[in-house]
Amino acid sequence: MARNIKLRIWRGDSTDGALKDVVVEANEGEVVLDVIHRVQATQMGDLAVRWNCKAGKCGSCSMEINGKPRLACMTQVASFGEEETITVTPLRAFPVIKDLVTDVSFNYKKAMEIPAYEHPKDLAPGEARMEQIDVERSQEFRKCIECFLCQDVCHVVRDHEENKKSFAGPRFFIRIAELDMHPLDTLKNRKKTAQEEHGLGMCNITKCCTEVCPEHIRITDNAIIPMKERVVDIKYDPARWLGSKIRRREGL
Amino acid sequence: MSGVFSPARAKIKERTLRTDKWWLQPLITFAVLFSFIIYATFRAFENANYFVEPLISPFYSPCLSQACIAGSTIAGFTPVSAHIANFALSPALIILIFPLGFRMTCYYYRKAYYRAFWLSPPACAVAEPHEKYTGETRAPLILQNAHRWFFYAGLVFNVFLTYDAIISFKNAEGQWGHMSVGSLVLLVSSSLLWFYSLSCHTCRHTVGGRLKHFSKHPVRYKLWTWVSILNHKHQQFAWYSLAAVAFADIYVRQVASGAWTNFYFF
Repeated sequence: MARNIKLRIWRGDSTDGALKDVVVEANEGEVVLDVIHRVQATQMGDLAVRWNCKAGKCGSCSMEINGKPRLACMTQVASFGEEETITVTPLRAFPVIKDLVTDVSFNYKKAMEIPAYEHPKDLAPGEARMEQIDVERSQEFRKCIECFLCQDVCHVVRDHEENKKSFAGPRFFIRIAELDMHPLDTLKNRKKTAQEEHGLGMCNITKCCTEVCPEHIRITDNAIIPMKERVVDIKYDPARWLGSKIRRREGL
Repeated sequence: MSGVFSPARAKIKERTLRTDKWWLQPLITFAVLFSFIIYATFRAFENANYFVEPLISPFYSPCLSQACIAGSTIAGFTPVSAHIANFALSPALIILIFPLGFRMTCYYYRKAYYRAFWLSPPACAVAEPHEKYTGETRAPLILQNAHRWFFYAGLVFNVFLTYDAIISFKNAEGQWGHMSVGSLVLLVSSSLLWFYSLSCHTCRHTVGGRLKHFSKHPVRYKLWTWVSILNHKHQQFAWYSLAAVAFADIYVRQVASGAWTNFYFF
């Protein structure tokens, strides 16, 4: 059954902006992105909003809804109270372009800084074989849809703009973890560079990235903490360090 | 201006627009941990009422000094001189360094106290009050990387506390085959400490997490999957074990001081 809901939408650009109140009709089963589109169609023709699949798989409609980083296409209007005002703003960790659209190019720059998979030199293309249990481990990380909600909520960059140059962020820690756990990846020093170049040590495990991940990837438990432990192996554990020097191997 | 108030970001004056009770969780965490710290400090300095045959408080175990109350040592094994224990004011002040270090560097507790005590951040998407942030890259927080050493020490302590729980199945005259409320309290406390330790992220890494090839190490892979199951509940084990240890100490204290009677089931 249709009902009118109260919406507050942030309108503006990098120079100025404000929250604007609107009342809009919402039908049963609709998500926040639906009502934003209705506002766009009926009341704010120039409202900027980024979206694509409307199925929680493209990661385009990331925004903050009642202060929480979420996908607008996966947030049911019915999950809010009948009298509750739904406040919608752009992601607050990135520069705003217009209205609900932000410039997320920070993430693409960070992606380019992560060295790619390095194939064993003695293994020809097509000859690589992996056991299922080795594949499964990194499969979880491959679910990432690059919505950048984890990057947005991470206080290391959200609350400290100056850290952006030295901190890759949770999305890229799962990428590093995926590669470091890959049985065939031969690139050495991923652990060292994760700590020294990508800012792994700046993460203080507050798990907000895990809380907001729409794919329910256990970013902290399965990627960041394991990487921190691997860094301890090579940097802060004299026994492990000595063992690696004697046996001359980084991973088992 | 930094963070969410940086010039290029959306001009929103509120530190957060969250409408839920985001402050409740850190508040509860602060209250519980702060209460525990106050109580543990008081008990560590009290240096009394920590042993009554056959129960010993986990705060004072293993008591390895001649300064310990008679009967509280393990078969009279006292390698730590009374001078050291007296210099430290109480055996507990030496003993508690290890479990305290384990919990302080624990990946779960780090989340809890960074949020509740240091407000870094107080909750997700709530702007923190600090101007600068360097995380765990500098002293003293770089010492969080010593977690595995405290984990190893914690395992040794668990062995002692399990021994204490087994010993508690004696009666006050030293005869086996008896069980009291105290036995139950120490058994639950030591069991939860094992669950807390074995569900630890460092344990998960040690048994198999550091491997690149699970398929080449089937036994370690199996161990890793078991620890991973426990690891899902690490947060719960952290709180349950903390509460159980605190209650075990309260129970022994009350029995030792004569306020409560240790009821024997058989």
